[in-house]
Amino acid sequence: MGFDLKINGVVRNLDVPPDMPVLWILRDLLGLTGTKYGCGVAQCGACTVHLDGEPVRSCLLTVSAAAGHDITTIEAIAQTEAGAKVQQAWLDEEVIQCGYCQSGQIMAATALLQHIPNPTDADIDEAMAGNICRCGTYVRIRKAIRKAATHET
Amino acid sequence: MKPRKNKVQKGFLPSSRRALLGAAVSAGSGFLLSAFLPGLPLLKASKAQDAATGAIFSPNAFIRIDAQGKVTFIIRYAEMGQGIYTGISMLLAEELDLELDQVFLEAAPADLAYVDSVAGEEETGGSSSTRDSWIPLREAGAAARMMLIAAAAHHWGVTEDTCQARNGRVFHRDSPRSLSYGELAEAAAHQAVPVKVSLKSPADFKLIGTNPRRLDTKAKIDGSARFGIDVQITGMKIGRIMACPVKGGRLTGYDRIAALAVLGVVDVITLPDAIAVIGNHMWAAIKGLEAANPRWDYGSNAVTSTNDIVARMKKASEQSGVQAVKNGNAEAALKQADIRIDAVYELPFLAHAALEPINTTLHIRQDGADVWVGTQVPGRARQEVADATGLPPESISVHNHLIGGGFGRRLDSNSIGQAARFAKQVPYPVKLIWTREEDITQDQFRPFYYDRISAGLTRDGAISGWHHRTTGSAVTARWYPEGMQKGLDPDAVEGAAQTPYALPDQLVEFVRDEPDAVTTLWWRGVGPTHNVFVVESMIDELAHQAGHDPLAFRKKLAAHQPRALKVLEEAAKQSGWGKVLPPGHGMGIALHYSFQTWAATVLEVAVEQSGQIRLVHVHTAVDCGPVVFPDGVVAQIQGGLIFGLTMALYNEITLKDGRVEQTNFHNYRMMRLNEAPDISVHIVPDPDAEIGGIGEVGTVAAAPALANALFAATGKRLRRIPFAKQFGGEKA
Repeated sequence: MGFDLKINGVVRNLDVPPDMPVLWILRDLLGLTGTKYGCGVAQCGACTVHLDGEPVRSCLLTVSAAAGHDITTIEAIAQTEAGAKVQQAWLDEEVIQCGYCQSGQIMAATALLQHIPNPTDADIDEAMAGNICRCGTYVRIRKAIRKAATHET
Repeated sequence: MKPRKNKVQKGFLPSSRRALLGAAVSAGSGFLLSAFLPGLPLLKASKAQDAATGAIFSPNAFIRIDAQGKVTFIIRYAEMGQGIYTGISMLLAEELDLELDQVFLEAAPADLAYVDSVAGEEETGGSSSTRDSWIPLREAGAAARMMLIAAAAHHWGVTEDTCQARNGRVFHRDSPRSLSYGELAEAAAHQAVPVKVSLKSPADFKLIGTNPRRLDTKAKIDGSARFGIDVQITGMKIGRIMACPVKGGRLTGYDRIAALAVLGVVDVITLPDAIAVIGNHMWAAIKGLEAANPRWDYGSNAVTSTNDIVARMKKASEQSGVQAVKNGNAEAALKQADIRIDAVYELPFLAHAALEPINTTLHIRQDGADVWVGTQVPGRARQEVADATGLPPESISVHNHLIGGGFGRRLDSNSIGQAARFAKQVPYPVKLIWTREEDITQDQFRPFYYDRISAGLTRDGAISGWHHRTTGSAVTARWYPEGMQKGLDPDAVEGAAQTPYALPDQLVEFVRDEPDAVTTLWWRGVGPTHNVFVVESMIDELAHQAGHDPLAFRKKLAAHQPRALKVLEEAAKQSGWGKVLPPGHGMGIALHYSFQTWAATVLEVAVEQSGQIRLVHVHTAVDCGPVVFPDGVVAQIQGGLIFGLTMALYNEITLKDGRVEQTNFHNYRMMRLNEAPDISVHIVPDPDAEIGGIGEVGTVAAAPALANALFAATGKRLRRIPFAKQFGGEKA
């Protein structure tokens, strides 16, 4: 058997079990380790990728469900306008501490700005509540999203 | 992040090493290098790194310059988010006269040259990295600069005092000549290492005290940063480990054929108390372990619950303990007091729950081993592998990695020993990962503490008797037995034995009671996170009982501590202490001196009718002496507060039938962005004071500031952590 997965614009054929989560395909078969394992049960958001532009938890996204859709990971998010702005804001606000959750945070924030270019604080709360940061960088994540939203392109 | 030998001693009796440092610092300029690293002068790394890296100038273990002028700093501390790669680089680059963007960084290997001389081992913890490097690593940079200048002066036939280093070049004052560090490297290597170095005057600092961009973050925005769990080695397999869910139990059986039948599974290996299923990828290992269906003999802890542990501690706490402090006569003063409060405070077991779960990658061969891991203790990591394999330590290379959150967890190396006992059974490199469930249930927990405290007050608001008896595990006894002081674990009473306040009749005791069913470990903020909650809550109880304003009450009791008054006043001013608040709101204050840093925190909370607790705003004023990286200080206080507030609101590890009941983030709850308060950090300048630590300071303040704010808001005094469920307002 095989599945065609389109990841960061490249289609790859993978001979894997149909219930295999995309997280482990990215990390262990394709070497795309920017997407992190944190909980395995969609509680922490560290494994967030985009599926047709929507933020999803790759730890529960099976290869059979993902086949035929566009997957974007942290490694390619700079190629999107919102992603590049978010990454720059993350650096400018010095958001990051240990950084383990930040791939997921950046993916969630990018999806937010792609849907709502000028989010309210409530929008930010709602979009980001699924992503745990154990270092507690939340104050700066909020600030960086506001900053990314106001950047001119 | 935990205390150990040095910090334990710092808080208590100054260590001889610490005393030596202090004496040398006060001696002024012209420091003697060897004075700061007794027995450990600024060594070169013992391995043949120079040959391997092409370095031609490596004046000590921390600096390497090659012929092309590439400058590499070897960082002896683990970067786990605290910004230490940047802070340490600032110290070295300041004296070496380099810009930070000219520098490459490398994690130090396990090597004696990287021993933190105050800690006594290669270690990142106890909020001590900047403190222990403030002088020695500036000296390392200055020594290198002097050797480069000497090389240039010799080349030009001029005196050294006519030469100056700037931005990676040495300039001659009296001519337009200059040479780059790369051009000078070979000649500098032939210069004698100076015995005395002169450090820059703070007025001449170009980097220290500024906010450069952090050096570790660029790779963390695009997924290219490599944490231990991201290691990829040719031929590597991936395994999932499961240990017996009850401490002390044994593996009795498993379905080998079923596990091996799972697509992608390559091996099933066991230890007496654990099993690992190894596959071509983690999914195979996860499914394979489910199929293996391991069976256990749970052993003697199989009936233990948290209630049993606490009941035993409560009973143990009825007896006197080892005295940590005895001033005056606490019992007599308590009898004479006009107001007396007797209270019990309880603090739960806590998991670290760093977002990167425990993982170790090893390749164990007959002639040696490679270990790829993020560790706060590379020397212990190497020894664990040596013990597990019988290999000589010098044949084992520890490749330290970025850590996805430490908080004390990676100070223990037992998980590395466990991984080595598995990995030696297979010929290939293997990455062994704990699932989140394994990471929480098999964690080594912050101890449960059962604290009895009695305090009295005279009518005019003076403390009349203070008796604090803490009961719990001695982490020091397991982790660093030499640190025990005749049965006293200094960590268990840190923050209780010494408080900011004048306590003329004070008795502080420690009763050691080790829970059999769990292993205990350091946890961010260590002793102070425990004791400052008790002390600052009790001070608040006394203030309210006496009818005094909690801020004014503290200022009066800490009147002999000018730095305490400064941070209290700053926090009060910035937070608008005393202003009229909306109904249901309250402000709480907490003061502490921990890790040689003073901090005062004011927290505003709102409690809704439903019992839902909302954190409104936190102000922390902090005086940590000289500040190397101000934004790093702010970030650590912000993050430390969130870490402590998460614990105070939600966290406790409980046992039922010997098993940990919490398994993942749905039942070991983390604060999320929508719950996080605004946090303002105010640095109170104090450049002439002793330098303080910062990584754990915010965490220490969180629980008492919140408990005191909740009392102000509701009149309900919380003497037990966690708080949210006591208001019935915890939401999932």
